Order: sequence, then C-alpha cells, then structure tokens
Amino acid sequence: MPQPTLDVRNLQTHFFTRDGVAKAVEDVSFSLGSGEVLGLVGESGSGKTVTGFSILGLVDPPGEVVGGEILFKGQNLLKLSEEEMRNVRGNHLAMVFQDPMMTLNPVLRIDTQMIEAIQAHQKVGTDVARERARDALGKVGIASPDERLRAYPHQFSGGMRQRVAIAIALLNQPELIIADEPTTALDVTIQGQILHEVQRLCRETGTALIWITHDLAVVAGLAERICVMYAGRIVETGSVDEVLDRPLHPYSKGLIESVPSHNQRGRRLNQIPGMTPSLLSLPEGCAFRTRCPIADVECRRLPSLHEAETERRIFCHHPQRETA
Amino acid sequence: MSSLLETRELSKRFVKHLDFAAKLARKLGANVQEEVVQAVDQVNLDIRQGEVVGLVGESGCGKSTFGRMVTGILPPSAGTIHYNGKDISNAASPEGHAAALKIQMIFQDPFASLNPRMRVRDIIGEAPRIHGLLEGQSQDEYVANMLEKVGLDASYSGRYPHQFSGGQRQRLGVARALAVQPEFLVCDEAVAALDVSIQAQVLNLFMDLREQLNLTYLFISHDLSVVEHISNRVLIMYLGRVVESAPTEDMFHSPNHPYTQALLNEVPRLDLRKRQYTPVAGEIPSPLNPPTGCHFHPRCPHATSKCHTEIPQLKGIAPDRQSACFLNETP
Repeated sequence: MPQPTLDVRNLQTHFFTRDGVAKAVEDVSFSLGSGEVLGLVGESGSGKTVTGFSILGLVDPPGEVVGGEILFKGQNLLKLSEEEMRNVRGNHLAMVFQDPMMTLNPVLRIDTQMIEAIQAHQKVGTDVARERARDALGKVGIASPDERLRAYPHQFSGGMRQRVAIAIALLNQPELIIADEPTTALDVTIQGQILHEVQRLCRETGTALIWITHDLAVVAGLAERICVMYAGRIVETGSVDEVLDRPLHPYSKGLIESVPSHNQRGRRLNQIPGMTPSLLSLPEGCAFRTRCPIADVECRRLPSLHEAETERRIFCHHPQRETA
Repeated sequence: MSSLLETRELSKRFVKHLDFAAKLARKLGANVQEEVVQAVDQVNLDIRQGEVVGLVGESGCGKSTFGRMVTGILPPSAGTIHYNGKDISNAASPEGHAAALKIQMIFQDPFASLNPRMRVRDIIGEAPRIHGLLEGQSQDEYVANMLEKVGLDASYSGRYPHQFSGGQRQRLGVARALAVQPEFLVCDEAVAALDVSIQAQVLNLFMDLREQLNLTYLFISHDLSVVEHISNRVLIMYLGRVVESAPTEDMFHSPNHPYTQALLNEVPRLDLRKRQYTPVAGEIPSPLNPPTGCHFHPRCPHATSKCHTEIPQLKGIAPDRQSACFLNETP
C-alpha cells in the first residue's frame, strides 16, 4: 500500500481553561492518500475545526496538542520545530478558512499577498511570482486575472474572495489542503461554482483534500470518505455511500434523518432530542448516550472505535444493524 | 377563499442622498448621481389563511426587505399591503397598528435579536402586558405557558439570553413572537444559523405550532431543502423581482424559469454522490446597477436579444403557476 499523504493517529487536543480541561479533540485517527477527498462532518463544537488547526499547528494557548501523531508523508508534524513547521505550512500544507473577509489582509492588494506567499517559500523573482499568482487566479475561475491582481479584497464579492483564498492555498502546489467550511457563507450558485473548481483541481493536481463542514449534502456530492465527529471524537468513518445510506452509529443516523431533503415533505422531521453537551461536562462513557435512543447501561462504559465492517469503523456498543 | 395577506406592486427603493460636498460638486458640473437601489420591485403576493409560503432567493435579492415591509418594520416606497382586506401600508395608521400585532417576525440571528440585558420573563412578557393580553393571568404564568408551548422549561423565565444555546434562543424568539397571539409569522432565515439536528427541532416546532394555533407563515430562506420541506407554495426572487411562483411540488418537480432551474440544479443533495457540479456562470449583479430587461439575462443560457431590452412580466403558465420568462411565449 502506498504511503498515505496524511496519517493522523490518536490525536488529542485539549484546552486548559479556568473551568477545567475541554477535550476538543480526543483520540482522532484518520488517513488519506493523494487526490482523495475526505469529508469531516460534525455540528458546532464537535472538534472538526480544531482537528484542522491541530494538523496545521495553529492551536493557540490555552489549547495544546497533548497526544498522538500527525504523519505527513511519513514525517511527524508534531515533532517539527516552529521554523520547520513554517516551512511546511503554506508550502506542502494549506488551509482555506470559512470567512474570506477575515483571512485576506484588507489593506494589501491581492498581488502583494500572493507574491509574498510564494516568495516566503521559494527564491523566485517578483515577475515569476506574479505570473504564478495570475495563473492560480485563472485556475480558480477568476475572469481577467491580470487586472484582478491589482485589486484590494474589498473590491471582490464574497464568492470571489473565497476563490482568491483558494488560489492562495494553491500557490505552492500543496499536497494537502484543509478546507474549513469554505462555502458555508456563500450562496447556492456560488457554492456550486466553488465546488466545481475544487473538484476539478483535486482531479487534475492530485491534491488531497479535507473538507470540514456541517453540511452532509455537500459532502455527499464531493467526498469519497467521511468521518462523523461528535463531542471531540470520530464516531463513525467509512465511504460516503456506506455511511449515508447505511449509518451504523445512532448519531450519524439521527443526523442524516434530520436533513429535510431526506424526509418526506411536510412530515415531521426526525429529530435528535436535546443538544450537544458542553465539552467541559461530557457524560461519562459514550458522550452521546444522553441523547441516544438505544443507550443502555453498557454505554456508561467508553466504547472503542472498532472495525465494524471492512473500511468501516464505529464508536458504539450497539451498531445500528439493518433491522429486518 | 380570499387572501389573508395581499401585496400589490409592493416596491422598496433605498436612496443614498447626496451630502453637501456631492451637491456642491454637482453644482460645479460634476456628474454625481444619487445612488438608488431597487430592493423590491413591484411584488404581487397573495397568501391564504393557513398557508406556508416560501420565499427563496440568494443574498441581495430583496427577500428580507420584502418580509420587513410586510411586518411594518420598513415603510414601502410604493404599492399596497392589505391584511384581512384592510390597507396596512401605513404602519402608523390604526389598521397598521392592529396588524402589527397580528403579524410577527422571527429573525435570523438568535444572538442579535434578543436583548442581552433583559430576562426571559420580560423579553416574552413585556409586549403582552402592554397590549393587555394577559387576561387575568400574571405575567409569570403567561410567560410559563409560552415557554412550554415552544418546548422550553418554565423555570427558565428568570434567565438571561446568554444562558441559552443557539437553538434555545431561537425558541425564545418564537415564544416572543407568539406571546402577542399573532395570526401570521414572517420567518426570516429563522433556521439558517442552527445546526442540522437543532434545525430539525425548530422546523418541527414551526409545523406543530401551525397546527395548534392555525398560523400562516411567510418563510424566507435561501435554503431550498428547508423551504421544500415546509412550504405549500414557493416564490423565487431574483434582484428584487419575483421570477417564478408555483406550488412546492411543481416547482421542485418541473421548474420553469431558467434561474429556478439553475438554482435547483446547484442544491447539494444527500442522494447525489460524486456528482459533477455544472454551475451557472457569473454572480448576482450589483443591485445598484442591475442589467436591463430581464435581470437574469447575463447569466441565462437561453437569453435572446429581447431579454436584453424588455422586462418579462410574471404570467400564468399553468393553474396556480406563474413565471416571468419570454421563453414561455409561443412565437
């Protein structure tokens, strides 16, 4: 088996707050190969963004990666010095954030920001860098990139800004892009355009992609594999078809059934009772048990993430097998 | 059956007036114009008692402005709003006042729409007390009833909004709206800020309340799957104009207007895997400077020269269905 681009093993990221330790990411493992798209799905507070930040080494105090390994092409990113990490980040690894207004510097022109990103990692002349910046803008579908390079972020619409952010992520041809809810703030038609570009880029360049989102429907159309997170842990992983059509974990099942398009029109939606518990006071054992319809005494004991079927792992004592 | 709410050629223009410097510059011969945004352009809408009407469009299409005019928050620039046959276009008139109580709004952001310095008991109880709706009950009893109606514990009435989660706050917003015993609710992106599982809870709440209290909804959203689920009828807006109106099933089964088709095509769905996205080109043009003729023509794959110059009218194409597109005219 070829070496995976990214192999995360038992990652733990905790936040040491005054009120206690919040285990934002607990025992998270997954891997993905080149050109693969992995959907990381969860609701707010499930730890999906912190997972992305941990991989890039962007977790700030009081947060800290306290355990596990992040193997990027065989190299453990957690062992790198800040200097070495800076060399990897933005070069081999890139991230696209949710809010493009916050990630672009409002007082610098697009070309300044893009050329800086190239020259930070490679010794190239400004002219060459500008050319590459222009090509990157063209690749994400921005019309007349030559003129647009000289524009400021406020002169772009939200969708265009997100394209610029993606273009910047692409500049150094990274092997892995982590996209954190990049289309959540965008309109449907613009989201469609971005998804179209991203799909094409992954196919053409073989970049691996982690798509972090709360929107199951987006992942359905984009990813090959999916990880569902709940309260800091991965509760189910598998191929998109398997997980969405035949969810084994009661949480994934509840989540999928609560999507309106999954339900018959006008019917009551299936709802998961209660709400996500605070990370500071998680129930003992399985964190989902207080909302789970099938929880029993056994669930007070922490389940383990075990292989339920081939290529399917699940964090539950009672997998939802097909009931005849 | 007659309509509960009727708007006729309802329009809203936002004008940015010239300041002194600009006026002076114009006096001196500079080409300075007032900036005008036609946010809502002659919208006709009838909503029958008990109906749920979905109003869909992308950001900047004027759907929220429309909702705000219906609730009386914004005065219309032109056109009329009739509620139960009475003209309520002027919110300051006695009819407008009466309707303002009957038409309530639920806002998008449950964090911004509740006063952080008020306790739940006042957030929900203030309006009914002032309007004399308590009917002998104490304010606390009344608030407790309302909280139970929206699925919250009655003991929460002494709390402040920051002590609640997003989904609970949205329920508070619903309780506040229900407290003045409305007949008509305008939900402006009411579930957009919520997580999927919480969104399902709040949508269920809307559907339950509709049955219990015989409510009528105008459901404004950009999320087509939510609108498809909850509405009887859907209107699609683009740059201030309604481009298509149809019963939900027809709209999603056989969209007529090219914009509706493009929009429906883009909606990610759970059952579509590894799909090839084929998006419509371009973005919503600036409402400051909308395209001539049909607003959609620069992005439309079927646009003809007629679309550049003439504005298509919303015309009936089937019973209960209307669409504003020249393609429907037989040559």
